[in-house]
Amino acid sequence: MSIPPVAPQCGQQAKPLQPHASLKIVIVGHVDHGKSSLIGRLFHDTGSLPEGKLEAIRAMSERRGMPFEWAFLMDALQAERDQGITIDVSHIHFRTPVREYVLIDAPGHREFLKNMVTGAAQADAAVLVVDAREGMQEQTKRHSYLLHLLGIRQVIVAINKMDLVSLAQNRFQKLSKDVRHYLSELGLDLQHTQIIPVSARDGDNIVTRSIRMDWYEGPTLAESLDGIQQPVSVLEMPLRFPVQDVYKFDERRIVAGRIETGQIRLGDTLMFSPSNKTARVASIEAWNARIQPVAARAGQSIGITLDEQLFIERGEVASLVANPPTLSNVFRGRLFWLGHAPLKVGNRYKMKLCTAEYTVEVQAIERIIDVNDLGMRESQEVERNAVAEVVLRARGLIALDPFDYNMLTGRFVLVENYDIVGGGLISMEGYADQRPTGIKSSNIFMVEHRVPESDRWRMNGHRGGILWMTGLSGAGKSTLAFSLEHYLFQRGYQVSVLDGDNVRHGLCSDLGFSPEDRVENIRRVGHAAVLFARAGLLVITAFISPYRADRDRVRMLAPGLFHEIFIEADLETCEQRDPKGLYAKARRGEIDEFTGVSAPYEPPKLAELQVDTMAHSIEECLAKLTDYVSRTFVVTK
Amino acid sequence: MEHLDIIESQTIYILREAFNKIDKLAILWSLGKDSNALLWMVRKAFFGHVPFPVVHIDTGKKFPEMYKFRERYTNDWQLDLKVGTCPPVEEMDPTLPPAARSAARKTAGLKAMIDREGFAGLLVGIRRDEEGTRAKERVFSPRGEQNTWNFRDQPPEFWDQFKTDFGPGTHLRVHPILHWTEIDIWRYSKREHIPIVDLYFSHNGRRYRSLGDQDITFPVASAAATIDEVIDELQHTKVAERSGRAMDHESEDAFERLRADGYM
Repeated sequence: MSIPPVAPQCGQQAKPLQPHASLKIVIVGHVDHGKSSLIGRLFHDTGSLPEGKLEAIRAMSERRGMPFEWAFLMDALQAERDQGITIDVSHIHFRTPVREYVLIDAPGHREFLKNMVTGAAQADAAVLVVDAREGMQEQTKRHSYLLHLLGIRQVIVAINKMDLVSLAQNRFQKLSKDVRHYLSELGLDLQHTQIIPVSARDGDNIVTRSIRMDWYEGPTLAESLDGIQQPVSVLEMPLRFPVQDVYKFDERRIVAGRIETGQIRLGDTLMFSPSNKTARVASIEAWNARIQPVAARAGQSIGITLDEQLFIERGEVASLVANPPTLSNVFRGRLFWLGHAPLKVGNRYKMKLCTAEYTVEVQAIERIIDVNDLGMRESQEVERNAVAEVVLRARGLIALDPFDYNMLTGRFVLVENYDIVGGGLISMEGYADQRPTGIKSSNIFMVEHRVPESDRWRMNGHRGGILWMTGLSGAGKSTLAFSLEHYLFQRGYQVSVLDGDNVRHGLCSDLGFSPEDRVENIRRVGHAAVLFARAGLLVITAFISPYRADRDRVRMLAPGLFHEIFIEADLETCEQRDPKGLYAKARRGEIDEFTGVSAPYEPPKLAELQVDTMAHSIEECLAKLTDYVSRTFVVTK
Repeated sequence: MEHLDIIESQTIYILREAFNKIDKLAILWSLGKDSNALLWMVRKAFFGHVPFPVVHIDTGKKFPEMYKFRERYTNDWQLDLKVGTCPPVEEMDPTLPPAARSAARKTAGLKAMIDREGFAGLLVGIRRDEEGTRAKERVFSPRGEQNTWNFRDQPPEFWDQFKTDFGPGTHLRVHPILHWTEIDIWRYSKREHIPIVDLYFSHNGRRYRSLGDQDITFPVASAAATIDEVIDELQHTKVAERSGRAMDHESEDAFERLRADGYM
């Protein structure tokens, strides 16, 4: 047993600390697979162990006549905190040079499911510990299943006790395959799943890279934890703003709630579901703020006022008109049951989904899932601690999202009498959206073209599509757009440029530069571009289009045709270029809401192409663009 | 979002849930740093208003600075203040150790106030990192007829769905800053310029880290005389926050007994 006398430095390549951002993790696995040792090692080797604890553990072990036993770590940590009462869910902090972690300890004796649910549901990520000798066992599977059910998609697998299988690479590979197989059966995206061979006892690949297992080239456990990205940005997702309350403390009528996903901007037209009422955001209220906000984003608890006096109640979900939640009175739920009385067909429960409450009836119990072997069986009722797929039906329409689409608005709990008795994830498989179609004039019908797209493409010799250039004013959008147009036209492309300034002289001459006008501008341009692209043309657009959501909305109009191209140059560079003298004007305060100076620019996260006009000449940038076009818009036979 | 914005937003969400779901709601104000920060967030959540009574359970043994503070901000923040008095220590459970017995007066005063005003729920500014039994608390924590806490069988709480349904006679404690840490409170107080009783800052080499009654709270050795120095001290200290609270240390289960009986 080798315990290093001092904590090794794990911070040689320390990255700057994020300001107090912490990641919540939960560690699970079969009994005796080494969870405690792993936690102990992690605390010790990251230097997070409070003073004197190592000695305390050593003393506790000796008193019991045992070799050094990390299992006493939790006891030692909690000795002065938990005065002998039953442990429920506790939170313990440790840190690496990269960030702070909160380890959620949800011990699994009695009431395991309830505790696991209460504890692990808050976790951002999980570490699954598997004994290298025993492989996947009953609880390994049970725990991974529950993690999956709770929506935890970031899982790191530690194959522990590698020292007891002679540090053998082939054993590790065999187990990795098993684990991958099981997790992929659960539907986990394994792209981000690290599987790491470790020996918690000796410290291999926990914080310090194992020299003995030099065949392993992946990250250590600590590196892997540090590499976990906070969940996919909820900002990018469609707006969901469940109304929590409506306040009338004074003359304002404030609609309050938390934005679950997406963002709200002043002037946005919101649609409330299930009532289908719409109104525009007149103000975003803030107390004690120096400046009144013009936008609010996912995670924020906010209040807004509307331009119309709508009768809105708690439970309605606000979205943008283009992308509302599903409306349905029937849906599938994969649920875990905590009720003392079994769930039965015909039973009614109160369902809580975000801030909304509905009465639902159990229409069918489709199958019970045996979490131990993932086997399915049929049953007329769901017992406590079981997992089942059920169909629930309500009297009226419910605003919901499938869990796969939006996990925050795609999950619900059931309440019986006064208690939460279950939680579930929504699936709409086999059921249709019952929302009436949202086009204002009911006499408009979509006309189907008799000329198929592929015929147009064959005729033109290339595919149609939109090359959507976005970037700061002065980044080089127009220059590159017109050069590219010229180049492609010379080579026989059906190509046309939609330029920001030109469009504003006609199609959008009635619009200014306020946030709402910018949204409308891009909406119109987007629709125009889509019409061109459908006609078989290659459309190049050159608009600042500062808001990510607006660009995404165009992408949604024509998925597959839309190619986002980030024309990249930083503010300093653009300001130096200032071809139209606009930055100078903006700095003098002569232009309101100028992007980069007094209005925000949101760079693309996942642009199809990125063209850096600072590092490359116009010719090089053009070459990059033409290369992309010739690769991407080729017609395949 | 920044860490402080994330935890603030969560607190505001909880406050609004409580206000929506609980008919007769009140907030407990101890005049300490935590309940000041909580009260501040109430004003944020409700756009400058404190739309329910603010209860101060007065043992009569608070520091003079605290009474002055109470007077000033009750007025400045237009609070509907309700002051509850506490029975004499002789009426408390004699089997409790002395400091815990003294602290039990506060529980008795609180129960009397709840009975008199008929509050169905109380917002209380306790934090998980303060102390072991508080680490196990729920955000919405139901209490029995006598305000007792059954920590062995607590309701499940996940996905921000709280226990907001309860039978007649159930009383609810709501803990909106359970997820905050001591240093979070200080950083937030600094950022928001929240007023703080001066006793938290060092005078003659000593300051209070936690404020209770004069006779059972003791200062710790510290040179931290400004909010920045306090934050700096907390980043390095290995001393527990409640080390100056006598009742926490009298016997292993004194605090647990107090809490099971309805202490904050």
